[in-house]
Amino acid sequence: MRKAKSPAAADNGIDEALVTSAAEERVSVATQWQLMWWRFRKHRLAMISGVVILAFYLVAIFADFLAYADPQSTEAFRSLIAPQPIHFFDEGRFSPHVFALIGKRDPRTFKRVYEPDPEQKVPLRFFAEGYEYKFLGIFRTNRHLIGVDGGNAEELIFLLGTDQLGRDLWSRLMIACRLSLTIGLAGVTLSLVLGVLLGGISGLYGGAIDTLIQRVIEILRSIPTIPLWMGLAAAMPRDWGVVQVYFAITVILSLIGWTDLARVVRGRFLALREEDFVLAAELAGVSQMRIILRHMAPSFLSHIIAATTLALPNMIISETALSFLGLGLRPPAVSWGVLLQDAQNIQTVALSPWLLSAALPVVVVILAFNFLGDGLRDAADPYG
Amino acid sequence: MLTYTIRRFLLALLTIWAISVLSFAIIQLPPGDYVTAYIAQLASSGVDVTPEFAENLRQQYGLDSPVYVQYLKWMQQISRGNFGRSLEWRVPVLDIIGDRLWLTMAVSVSAVLFTWGLALPIGIYSAVRQYSIADYIFTFIGFIGLAVPSFLLALILMYVGFRYFGANIGGLFSPEYLQADWSLGKLWDLIKHLPLPALILGTAGTAQLIRIMRANLLDELRKPYVITARAKGMSELRLILKYPVRAAMNPFISTLGYLFPFIISGSIIVALVLGLPTIGPLLLRALVAQDMFLAGTIVLFLGILTVLGTFISDILLMWVDPRIRFERRE
Amino acid sequence: MADQIARANGQPPMLTVEGLKTYFFTDEGTVRAVDGASFEVQAGKTVGIVGESGCGKSVTALSILRIVERPGRIVAGQILLRRPNAKAPVDLALLEAEGAEIRAIRGGEIALVFQEPMTSFSPHYTIGNQIVETIQLHQDVGKEEARNRTIELLRMVGIPNPERRIDEYPFELSGGLRQRMMIAMALSCNPKILIADEPTTALDVTTQAQILDLLRDIQQRTQMSVIIITHDMGVIAEMTDDVIVMYLGRVVESGPVDEIFHQPKHPYTQALLRSIPSIFAEPRTKLPTIAGSIPHPHNRPTGCPFHPRCAEAMPGICDRHEPRLRPISEAHFASCFLYHEPEAAPPS
Repeated sequence: MRKAKSPAAADNGIDEALVTSAAEERVSVATQWQLMWWRFRKHRLAMISGVVILAFYLVAIFADFLAYADPQSTEAFRSLIAPQPIHFFDEGRFSPHVFALIGKRDPRTFKRVYEPDPEQKVPLRFFAEGYEYKFLGIFRTNRHLIGVDGGNAEELIFLLGTDQLGRDLWSRLMIACRLSLTIGLAGVTLSLVLGVLLGGISGLYGGAIDTLIQRVIEILRSIPTIPLWMGLAAAMPRDWGVVQVYFAITVILSLIGWTDLARVVRGRFLALREEDFVLAAELAGVSQMRIILRHMAPSFLSHIIAATTLALPNMIISETALSFLGLGLRPPAVSWGVLLQDAQNIQTVALSPWLLSAALPVVVVILAFNFLGDGLRDAADPYG
Repeated sequence: MLTYTIRRFLLALLTIWAISVLSFAIIQLPPGDYVTAYIAQLASSGVDVTPEFAENLRQQYGLDSPVYVQYLKWMQQISRGNFGRSLEWRVPVLDIIGDRLWLTMAVSVSAVLFTWGLALPIGIYSAVRQYSIADYIFTFIGFIGLAVPSFLLALILMYVGFRYFGANIGGLFSPEYLQADWSLGKLWDLIKHLPLPALILGTAGTAQLIRIMRANLLDELRKPYVITARAKGMSELRLILKYPVRAAMNPFISTLGYLFPFIISGSIIVALVLGLPTIGPLLLRALVAQDMFLAGTIVLFLGILTVLGTFISDILLMWVDPRIRFERRE
Repeated sequence: MADQIARANGQPPMLTVEGLKTYFFTDEGTVRAVDGASFEVQAGKTVGIVGESGCGKSVTALSILRIVERPGRIVAGQILLRRPNAKAPVDLALLEAEGAEIRAIRGGEIALVFQEPMTSFSPHYTIGNQIVETIQLHQDVGKEEARNRTIELLRMVGIPNPERRIDEYPFELSGGLRQRMMIAMALSCNPKILIADEPTTALDVTTQAQILDLLRDIQQRTQMSVIIITHDMGVIAEMTDDVIVMYLGRVVESGPVDEIFHQPKHPYTQALLRSIPSIFAEPRTKLPTIAGSIPHPHNRPTGCPFHPRCAEAMPGICDRHEPRLRPISEAHFASCFLYHEPEAAPPS
């Protein structure tokens, strides 16, 4: 515990001793969650990661608002346009704009190419009107963070370029956050239910049922997951809609994902069962349910939260990988993995590297979840 | 020690059985049965199919009996070496898998070796010189390795190779050996091509193992026996290698059981990006084409190989840890 | 200061620790684990270092062997070791911490018995392996010879059936046996000084007595110097010739064991002695305790470190000036303003 360093206290030993004991007092009366919060706060990387993850989920919520072009609107003319830089100042004045693109035919290859024309500036407007969408499924609006006045954003702004079908990558990236970030949450929730249930039973009852569950976990963990997922995912009927596929993928991912969480829960159960305070509660005649909820749960809840956080990135990677292979979410659904499908062909990528841009949010989110999970795990044991 | 081995062996058998059931499920899951698909295919290619021929096929695969009988029949066929025919390629499944399985193993094993060879010294260094600049650099690289899925890494490296070196860095053989029969030259060519896929496949595992090794070793370094050894006057290097590293090796070796399935998994998808002639692209194609006997057999084989790898690592672990040898586990 | 400390006999001391300061530079601040400790160890004598936990006893031992771990570092002071064939003593504080010279001394001339018999041996090697290794590190003998010596050592420390025990793993032995093994390992190279850091704390009472008997017996046989680090005044009374009382990294009182027990001078020593339960005490009386608790190492009090807990603290003196270790009688020293005036200028 860092003590308060006041100059007045420094020259008087007695006062300083009092300051210390006040600090110690603060520690000893703090609740477990307060202690964990203090400890977590010291983990700067985890704090930053928490903010980053929060920002990503905000993007997922406001995805339509942050997009400026209809993510499904295709236009062969606009195929594979390169990203377009934003210029923030115009003759010293703050006036964000992009250069208009002039389409030409390459005289040698006859391919259509776009070149920015510095003479034609397209001013960006904030809170501009664009395509219509239903915000959070509640009300209809057509306001977007950026757009152009009087024009069609789909035809004028290409912050991250377009894909082969001429769809705007920036807008698709925003929309993709929704599926990619929530499929992880859904998968983890399902694994959590399975993991806590089976891990809890395993740790609580022990004996034959514990052995059985442990063997099942060992077996599941020694099976290579991707071929298995691929097999199960390929068995999904082709005519399933986005929602059905989404839930099927969630179930497939959690089928394996629960084992880690079950191990954590069982481990905590076994450790806590040996604790003196649990024995004391048992001797005092407290019912088993109450021991679990009142005495044991507070000390393993934090561990479960940390383990869950660390399980999330795996879910996200798995979804991305399956969709990348074409076995997961399928167009017209938009997820990072679906976006990366376009980057499968190396020749295309070499010519249009912006198709790889969905890789960046994947990496950032996975890193952030890992750091956050590490921080939470360290903080999970505030008395350790 | 013997009971431990037997226990592990039984568990491995159990796992293989579970995998066989799952593989069978993969064959069974798609709507319609194999024979219907096969006949439709034959018919579309102009072959006249008699109803008797279809009935024969159905009986051979037991498609008219309950599911568990079908499973048993499938197992029976497998025990005779008959893994069924590929719908798409119209040859026995085994003929297609052939070399590809061994190449998958070559890639995976070299990735495991790469992972260990790199993670062990780096993990030790990072722990012993905790908070040094090199430790921070390794930690940073480790996090990147952890956060970049292997297929993304493959894509990025392919892009870099293509864009800046004008070379296709994928594949396992040079063009002149692609169709050639096995020879020393071809083997050497393979060995020369292995490091890149091994690096790509191994990076995530390496990052994880460095973290495991570093954390374990840091724990071990705080233990009193290290002070005892130091107080004996041992040199620091010898001491660290003999005592704490030895102790930290156990969790490290036990990760092999999970590393192996992890790498096999990764190899499937990385092979696709890198265009490796391994089993990955074949599996994907079989799945997309609903060529289920091929797909099921591949999943079965991959599973069995993984279980064997895990079993070997378990035996290795027992061999290094005296506490397990004495059957006083934890 | 060492020269002020009277020699117990004509011989120069085996080990002289002089103004030793070992600090730990942590993120939260500097912890002065040892802050100017000075004492001597005579040849063939047993010295006890006593104090509450966190007073720097163990760090002193680690400092002598130069195995203080980062972020700890010796920042000042001398550790002079007299060596058999050298004219001048060697200053251990100046040696390279991982150099060959200090490594020859560690385990060879100064040996350590550690407080955790359960975890002081590596569980991955047999006891024999770990003792044989020590012998071969310091002496040029073959494996067979080292093994025979190890068996002899095990027999000497009272281990039954040493030929069989030598090939056992630590987890197969009881705590008492392990501590005997530990002592055997420490003795394996005939050290001149044996440092026993809480050698009996983790053991049950009967085993404690046996281990102490063993240590005393060996000390008499080999005539080596022993430093016993403990918080147990009973062990001190039973085992030592001289006593050093430490508080917050400093020596507050030192002297022959009889004087310390019968005429303790420093209020801290007096308080420590009062807190020993006695069979002569009136039944159902409350055992006196020392008021307050040890200050947190990051904010040590100014002036005399003990003044916030001291019943006899003099405001304006004890909280402003730092007392020095001053002679009370020929071999008895105390660091307290009850016995000497503060120096003219208060330390800034």
